[in-house]
Amino acid sequence: MEFLPLGWHHYLAGGLLLGLGMSLLFVSTGLIGGMSTVFTTIWSFFSSAPYFNEPRFASTRGWRLVYASGIVLGALLWLVTMGEPFVTSVPYWQLAVGGFLAGFGARLSNGCTAGHGICGMASLQPASILAVCTFLATAMATAHIVRSFP
Amino acid sequence: MTARALAFVLLSGVLFGFGLALSTMVKPEVVLSFLLWKDMGLLLVLGGAVSVTFLVYHLAPRVMKKPFAGEKFLTHPSDLAVRTLAGAAIFGVGWGLCGVCPGPAIAGLGVGNWPLLIALAGLVLGAYIQGRFFP
Repeated sequence: MEFLPLGWHHYLAGGLLLGLGMSLLFVSTGLIGGMSTVFTTIWSFFSSAPYFNEPRFASTRGWRLVYASGIVLGALLWLVTMGEPFVTSVPYWQLAVGGFLAGFGARLSNGCTAGHGICGMASLQPASILAVCTFLATAMATAHIVRSFP
Repeated sequence: MTARALAFVLLSGVLFGFGLALSTMVKPEVVLSFLLWKDMGLLLVLGGAVSVTFLVYHLAPRVMKKPFAGEKFLTHPSDLAVRTLAGAAIFGVGWGLCGVCPGPAIAGLGVGNWPLLIALAGLVLGAYIQGRFFP
């Protein structure tokens, strides 16, 4: 299919698994599984800056690290059961600068593709829905601009 | 948090990480080809994830008094504020530049896509600058 040159099964199955993970977290513990907050909470181990030590970060750093460890394990499980190793060829400077901007922006916005994109949209929050429209627009614009400067 | 609850947190992460790998979100090339309108597969990833989560977020608090390994169902409300949207705009620029968002940057460790460590370092540093200078 023209819009899905690589097929569709793995996309849908993967998306359903993301939803199942988010759902299991909620029905078992009541927690909302946003992802970018872990990057703020780990600084509470190293920095005495007041922001990093607010209870919403300092008191959630434990389970967020366990959650992140589970993600690494889950990806590893895919690799050993059905996946093939893959190393990206995106230039390092794009990974570094893009990662930095994504980290800064997600934390300023208090959400990323997981927190706003999945959790926020699933709870029909207007701010999250607008945030998703905003980051999809700027991400598409950026990708097109970068491609036009080879 | 009890050890039992943490076991469920870990298992939830395993499902999420497996999903990120299976959906190929750990490949920045796939994410970038979506952002360049060459492959719409990520809409299926997002749609699948949001549908399941939507159902459970709305049904679970109605049929269960409390989470089976926790105290209560939490919410995470976001403010309709300038920083929410300005942050989202900056996040999008970064995502469009590297094709890596927080989940896949973490999952990249598990699939051996080692250059994602560079993006992970960027994410951690970006979170520091936000918390330190724009709290």
